[in-house]
Amino acid sequence: MTNPYVPLLFFLAIGGGFAIFSVAIAPLTGPKRYNRAKMDAYECGIQPSPQAEGGGRVPIKYFLTAMLFIIFDVESVFLYPFAVAFGGLGLFALVEMVLFILTVFVAYAYVWRRGGLDWD
Amino acid sequence: MTTLLPTAFTVAEINYWAILPVLIVFGGALIGVLVDAFAPRSSRHSIQVALALLTIAASFGALVWKAVDNKGATLDGAMIIDGPALFMQGSVLLLSFLSVLLMAEKFSSAGADAFTPMGAAVPGSPLEAAATRAGWGTSEVFPLALFSVAGMMIFPAAGDLLVMFVALEVLSLPLYLLTGLARRRRLLSQEAALKYFLLGSFSSAFFLFGSALLFGYAGSVKFSALSQAITTAPADVEGLLLPGVLLVLVGLLFKVGAVPFHQWTPDVYQGAPSPITGFMAACTKLAAFGAILRLAYTGIDADRWDWRMGVAAIAALTMIVGSVLSVTQTDIKRLLAYSSVAHAGFILVGVLAFDATGVSGVMFYVLAYGLATIAAFGIVALVREGSAEASHIAQWSGLGKRHPVVAGIFALLLLTFAGIPLTSGFTAKFAAFAPAIAHGGTTLAVLVVIGVLCSLVTAFVYVRVIVLMYFSEAQGEVRALNPSVLTTVGLAVAVILTVALGVFPAPVLDLANQASQFIR
Repeated sequence: MTNPYVPLLFFLAIGGGFAIFSVAIAPLTGPKRYNRAKMDAYECGIQPSPQAEGGGRVPIKYFLTAMLFIIFDVESVFLYPFAVAFGGLGLFALVEMVLFILTVFVAYAYVWRRGGLDWD
Repeated sequence: MTTLLPTAFTVAEINYWAILPVLIVFGGALIGVLVDAFAPRSSRHSIQVALALLTIAASFGALVWKAVDNKGATLDGAMIIDGPALFMQGSVLLLSFLSVLLMAEKFSSAGADAFTPMGAAVPGSPLEAAATRAGWGTSEVFPLALFSVAGMMIFPAAGDLLVMFVALEVLSLPLYLLTGLARRRRLLSQEAALKYFLLGSFSSAFFLFGSALLFGYAGSVKFSALSQAITTAPADVEGLLLPGVLLVLVGLLFKVGAVPFHQWTPDVYQGAPSPITGFMAACTKLAAFGAILRLAYTGIDADRWDWRMGVAAIAALTMIVGSVLSVTQTDIKRLLAYSSVAHAGFILVGVLAFDATGVSGVMFYVLAYGLATIAAFGIVALVREGSAEASHIAQWSGLGKRHPVVAGIFALLLLTFAGIPLTSGFTAKFAAFAPAIAHGGTTLAVLVVIGVLCSLVTAFVYVRVIVLMYFSEAQGEVRALNPSVLTTVGLAVAVILTVALGVFPAPVLDLANQASQFIR
């Protein structure tokens, strides 16, 4: 292999080819029966029209869920590289990671005890 | 192909004694969160207050007992525990101890404390009314304040731009929350919190972008490497230096409330609960000036001829705008806010001296100013009309006859802000201005002249309030609440220290002088 970027080009070609192939093959082979759901935007979250009740407001409760998600999201972001590199890090890193997880669980305990996990 | 990552990590050397004070505060804050989760509601407030005071005292003990003998760079240079860092950390701990005493005030009658019973409830909603009837309180303020204190302790000790940024966020995020927790005038308080948050994140973005440019310039985020890079001057990336320095400075000057980055100050000072305003004004300013000193003296000092004039212009603007606008204020908290803007300008003059005496002058100034500010906002929290704070200046008229002690203390604090001789304000101004004249050349001499003139303007504002308190007839039903033991102790200590720093400043000045050497 002369250039290390050649595999990357292959990867790009295969990826792009797969996308084009899938889109091109679907109208040729798929059955064409009408369904209301097919008229919706694909995987784009909340329907923009018709306007939802109450001006399309989202309950504020989702905010708490999102915040909780971020807490544990950040935790996993740290855990992945830690797990990969753990072999070379030793006991010190383990202690640090346990401390970090404990800290996150302090936040979790607070949310749980103060009713943040109750939906109503 | 080159590998970007080293195959083996070298674990950084950690001097745990040097960072023990910070660790204690973080630990106390975490325990505080658990207390809020598990302790019964009735005893939460007292446990939190005791825990916060104990934590701060323990941290101060660790600082005096061990950290002072463990100076040096630690954590691979990410934190530098040297004289200025220790002085700033000790001052933050002292000031936050007094602030916690004032935050704990409940005035023996239900609903007189500064914090909303339920921060998550919509203002004026039945939920909020029910929480008020149940006599709930926001005991989260104490762990939040502790987290903020931990950030403030790292801020002046940061050895690189990234740690400084993390410290900036750790100290700011709890403050945004605390600002929105006032019991009375909820909407104003929430508006202030939102403004503070939006402008604060804006300034954080400036800081981060500046850090990125400086990283591009020096190839490292460390201040020592940055300083090194400036002396060797890599020609191909030279254009990154000045924009980077200026953007980072914008981020820091926002925190001290220097003009033109001061717009948040009056709104936030007015909307926040008074004890929080005192905490924020005293401790944030102190920590931020610690960070500015660290950056200016150990990171970008070799490049100072490029940015010094810019900061000098900001200092002049800050003094002028702060003092002139304080003349037109009718709200006591907004008045103190503009006075804090003016003070930020005075302190910046000391920063620009670029001498060890300038460092000690600035450190003395922020400590003296912090003590007086905490006491002043403590007094503001006492003076009420009905259940609300008497925030309009006209409501303060005649207070001297009804409450001679409260008015007397407030008059003393105002004289301190004005910098009348024999008060700590005078010593502080002298300590900040003298090095500026001795080491700063014509530019700083001009700044000092502006500073003295602006002091006169602000003195007029303060004297007007004093005249109002003593020589006007009282109106309405304004009265001062009887403070509890905690507040009395907090106010007394702050006032006594303010007087002591004015009459016998030598011990603290000596301490600041001994602690004025940065370790690079």
